[in-house]
Amino acid sequence: MQQLFAAIVTMALGVLACAAYFYLSNLLLDRIFPSKNRSGPEASRNLRIAGAIRPWLFLGPALIALGLFLVYPVFGTLWYSLHDRNGTTFVGLENFRWLFQDGEFRQSIFNNFLWLLVVPALSTFFGLIIAAMTDRIAWGGFAKTLIFMPMAISFVGASVIWKFIYDYRGEGSEQIGLLNALVVYFGGEPQAWISLPFWNNFFLMAILIWIQTGFAMVILSAALRGIPEETVEAAVIDGANGFQIFFKIMIPQIWGTIAVVWTTITILVLKVFDIVLAMTNGQWQSQVLANLMFSWMFRGSDNGRGAAIALVIMVLVIPIIYWNIRNARREMGGR
Amino acid sequence: MIASTRSPLMWLVHLTVAALVILWTIPTAGLLISSLRDKDQLASSGWWTALSSSTQSTVFRAPGAEAQVEKDGRFVISGNILQGQGGKISAFGFNSRDPGAFEAGTSTTLPGNETLTVAEDGAFEISSPTAMEGNRGQRIFYTVAVPPRFTLDNYREVLRAEGLAASFINSLTVAIPATIIPILIAAFAAYALAWMPFPGRALLAAVIVGLLVVPLQMSLIPLLKMYNTVGGLLGVPGKGYVGVWLAHTGFGLPLAIYLLRNYMAGLPREIIESARVDGASDFEIFVKIILPLSFPALASFAIFQFLWTWNDLLVAMVFLGTGNDELVLTGRLVNLLGSRGGNWEILTASAFITIIVPLFVFFALQRFLVRGLLAGSVKGG
Repeated sequence: MQQLFAAIVTMALGVLACAAYFYLSNLLLDRIFPSKNRSGPEASRNLRIAGAIRPWLFLGPALIALGLFLVYPVFGTLWYSLHDRNGTTFVGLENFRWLFQDGEFRQSIFNNFLWLLVVPALSTFFGLIIAAMTDRIAWGGFAKTLIFMPMAISFVGASVIWKFIYDYRGEGSEQIGLLNALVVYFGGEPQAWISLPFWNNFFLMAILIWIQTGFAMVILSAALRGIPEETVEAAVIDGANGFQIFFKIMIPQIWGTIAVVWTTITILVLKVFDIVLAMTNGQWQSQVLANLMFSWMFRGSDNGRGAAIALVIMVLVIPIIYWNIRNARREMGGR
Repeated sequence: MIASTRSPLMWLVHLTVAALVILWTIPTAGLLISSLRDKDQLASSGWWTALSSSTQSTVFRAPGAEAQVEKDGRFVISGNILQGQGGKISAFGFNSRDPGAFEAGTSTTLPGNETLTVAEDGAFEISSPTAMEGNRGQRIFYTVAVPPRFTLDNYREVLRAEGLAASFINSLTVAIPATIIPILIAAFAAYALAWMPFPGRALLAAVIVGLLVVPLQMSLIPLLKMYNTVGGLLGVPGKGYVGVWLAHTGFGLPLAIYLLRNYMAGLPREIIESARVDGASDFEIFVKIILPLSFPALASFAIFQFLWTWNDLLVAMVFLGTGNDELVLTGRLVNLLGSRGGNWEILTASAFITIIVPLFVFFALQRFLVRGLLAGSVKGG
């Protein structure tokens, strides 16, 4: 409780300090370059100078925070990746050389590609069909809320939920995990799902698909509603059936949105860490890059190797960054 | 819209959606139901059987000879097998090779010539015409049908003994300031980007879009080093709440600025220009006009940031530490997965405590969340 109280006090102070900064810095600027009650030329000169400075007062804290927490670390990580475990001795590309011949790293790359293939595709697919179907039924809103709900659950929470579903008891004893109970009910043999090499990847992916389908559904549902009625009506008049309309008229019109959903989930997949840590911690050949990086940084306390793995993740993200900026510029240019 | 509502295809749509909804909610439902079950029942039967009584086969050892009393010329040991717990006994036996040999309510003769009677409600009686000997009591095997038992004991247990209560407060301490600080900073920056002309504005906006997706992993090592250095200079530990708040602020800013800039840029130009004509300064325009009008966007981002900081594991683990007092809920849950891997009564209750706040926020404020999502994904062409 005392700690929460301290947090609230700190928070109030922080908020006050922040507000005071913006208020006082603006006041100061108006004092140094006053424009009210001044002669014409002086007032307009001061107004111009203040106008040139003020945006940077507004942007200042944000630029400092972005620089310190996102821009500087990119270069910092690059620097660490070229140094040894303590960041003291320059080792050139040694960390990368080690990386590419490390079995666990190769395993992680392989698994990450599996994740990249499966999770965005299935999440988008489920999201799309659910969006298309729920838009047509009366209780669609309710259905959407329930499918959207896992979005609010933490990856760790979701991992516990699904680990319980995958729970395994030795053959003969009663299965309390839903999946094994179903398998036994239909006459199969229970399995320890998350320790089955290769296949366990898919059981872990199911968790992320479960979480992300709601996201895809919400975005795609809005896109489907944005399709001009006339295009659909024209197709109906021309005698197209439901499937033709969906695949030939509607889907082509929302390709852009589908691509956005796909890339957003792709980025998330590259960063996925909590699920693997909580479910297997990379055992049974289920390692992924983000968890490998964490384990070298934290347990291996080798900053050089950790930074090298982080850079690999970054390199995989760069095409998406480029694509995003291009899209956003086109969009902002319109304003 | 496409298929008419009367078409048989609509039935397929209803059924498919219903199936998908069930598929998507069952995992969480299972967790919630399990967390409320008695821990012995949870460990012995699936949660989908929670409403039917479960059968358990187990053993009871009757008291030894010192408990016998003489009654009507016979020596009797009596008591109740179930010891006050509810249930209904269906069968019993005295030999482990045939633990359900006799139906409840009947009598049988034990090897030592005593008579054993077990009733359905658990009452038993061992009687003998001669005094019984020996300190070790008779073992009675029985099969009992236990009625479903629901309890809050699991929650009491995890809140008290497993440190969930402390972690809950830690999570709040992390999440609330980490939500509010970036909003303040981002709102001013977004206004500058949307409404104040300055050289390099377009470039800056593009950089921020680029920063949206820089992986968190890139920042961890340099920031941790920096924190340790700064902490060393100031004579304070490098890990702490201030560090976590600032880190979350930095990581949340690109999305905050992006969302708010887009929203503010969409506000009508006339309002802002007429205020300028009236002699209002940018600061006044921002505080009196833009901020109130931007409430929906501010709320959207606040919800995002709160969910993200509450649900975050990585930032808290790296910048706050993994000691027992420092764990946030997600970190505690990961630890419990390691140390209490098989104790599902602990895990389900703990997991539900970690997800209850986000779920509440989700159901209460879903509208803003959807709006934020729609504005937050970079739209394609």
